[in-house]
Amino acid sequence: MTSPGSPFFKTGMALGALAILLISVCMGAAIGETAIPIATVAQTIANRLWGAGYAVSPLDEGIVWSYRLSRAVVAACCGSALAISGVVLQSLLRNPLADPYILGISAGASTGAVSVAILGLGTSMLSLPLGAFLGALTAFLLISLLAMKTGTGTTAIILAGVAGSQLFNALTSFIVTKAATAEQARGIMFWLLGNLSGVRWPDAYLAIPATLLGLVICLRHSRALDAFAFGSNSAASLGISVLRTQIVVIGASAVMTATMVSIVGSIGFVGLVIPHAARMLVGVRHGVLLPASALIGAVFMILADIFSRTLIPGQVLPVGVVTALVGAPVFAVILSKKRERA
Amino acid sequence: MKLSATDLSWSIGGNTLLQSISFEVANGEFFGIVGPNGSGKTTLMSLLSGIRKPQVGSVTLDGQPLSKIGRRDVARNIALVEQQAETGERLTARQAVELGRTPHLGAYSPWTQEDTETVNRALRNVDMDHLAERYWHTLSGGERQRLHIARALAQEPKVLLLDEPTNHLDIGHQIDLLDLVGKLDLTVVTALHDLNHAALFCDRIALMQNGSLVALGKPSEVLTVDCIREVFGVEAEVEPIGQGSCNIRFVPRSRIHHARESRFRAAS
Repeated sequence: MTSPGSPFFKTGMALGALAILLISVCMGAAIGETAIPIATVAQTIANRLWGAGYAVSPLDEGIVWSYRLSRAVVAACCGSALAISGVVLQSLLRNPLADPYILGISAGASTGAVSVAILGLGTSMLSLPLGAFLGALTAFLLISLLAMKTGTGTTAIILAGVAGSQLFNALTSFIVTKAATAEQARGIMFWLLGNLSGVRWPDAYLAIPATLLGLVICLRHSRALDAFAFGSNSAASLGISVLRTQIVVIGASAVMTATMVSIVGSIGFVGLVIPHAARMLVGVRHGVLLPASALIGAVFMILADIFSRTLIPGQVLPVGVVTALVGAPVFAVILSKKRERA
Repeated sequence: MKLSATDLSWSIGGNTLLQSISFEVANGEFFGIVGPNGSGKTTLMSLLSGIRKPQVGSVTLDGQPLSKIGRRDVARNIALVEQQAETGERLTARQAVELGRTPHLGAYSPWTQEDTETVNRALRNVDMDHLAERYWHTLSGGERQRLHIARALAQEPKVLLLDEPTNHLDIGHQIDLLDLVGKLDLTVVTALHDLNHAALFCDRIALMQNGSLVALGKPSEVLTVDCIREVFGVEAEVEPIGQGSCNIRFVPRSRIHHARESRFRAAS
């Protein structure tokens, strides 16, 4: 990474990454309760995108296009967005334990969601995802304000995040125990743990631009993010406008995360673990680290979703359970390996 | 380049950390800032580097106020080596120095061969090129400090600001580091703890106390017995050694006491 690497090499890497991503998405579409051959998946995609006119059974085409592909695409976006958010937050807050939810986003989202679903606040205008999105942004703004009041340090925002998350989680539990029927509570629970089941193409049309925009904004700041390695004063002395970078990049990650949480609920461990795994593989330079994390996050989420659908026949686990079940041990292994090497 | 501070003041929560500080540092000068802990040295350094904006007064570079120069342009002219800047990232020594090129690179402008050469030069300058591929966390305090200086040099600044760069280094590394900085063809402003080092290496010294500038001039003019007693509260013997420099020998209180006692005995 010291020398920039030839453009040829870079293009190769980018194409390779795209190929891996494409293969993962196709796998996500092929594997499931009814296995569908990869060829059929490819033919369906060709039919839908370019009107290729392959003969595919309408049933298969329906499953692949309407259910599994949209789901795999959203899973990929969600994994990418959470991983990118994790990278930038860990760098800016200089805390290896920072993850997208540290800003209170998931807690706020759940409060927003249950307010809509159970209390029926603004049900006529707000859908549950929109309620979640608004809840997430409200929590984020409150926590940012609190952090700014407390002080300027990076610890301030983490403490404010912890305090805010506790508050919003308490509110959520309060609403659920006070007002929800058992069935509603179950549904909310499932959503809180992260759930890709109801995902369709309109969700993807929201998830794709949010993820791409977030990635582009963060990549634009990759040198600035590098400069935070020795803290914000050091970044400032290297000519970085610290406050602007923090606002833009943290804002981007907040919007990305809020979007994802509103579509699929809160999925733990991806935003925390994937950045660390990516750092071990490609190093700490954000110009490489961000795309690598995005790719690994995307592939990881697609695989996690496949597992969540196939692990127990006839039953779908919340994908958040799978990411935590896989993520936690992997994280433990990474941590202990890191120790040995240090 | 000429760096000047005019009437700088800074206070936080009712505590005045700096009060009406004014001085000028000439091109190529080795300028020291000394004073007891809490006298405002670090605050002054952060104002001089432009990472904080003065509440009152201004810092100018060749007559241009820093507030009128963009952040990146300031960073191309002034480099700051902070006290003990640490990282938890798994950076290599070379990557840490490469950060110094940040103000010269745009968001999309590619890293060039020239940048690599500048970094190599900076690493050679602080005699760290043989450790360039080592991870940051495997290096000693002295090596890290030299890398910070290399990072600052990679910025290709005209003015180098150092905040107590010799802290936590052993005496050999302290002298090496100051020697190295003194040889650079740069305007240097450094906060220093050790008065003897300040006297040995600095062309001029600013002495701070409780946020105010109490003396300014050649080491032998500033570091007088009275001044040291007044500001640091210690007794010292000062011996001029020419060219405005001097040697300071501190006298422990117990020794003073003894000296008086023995004199008293001799008299009686």
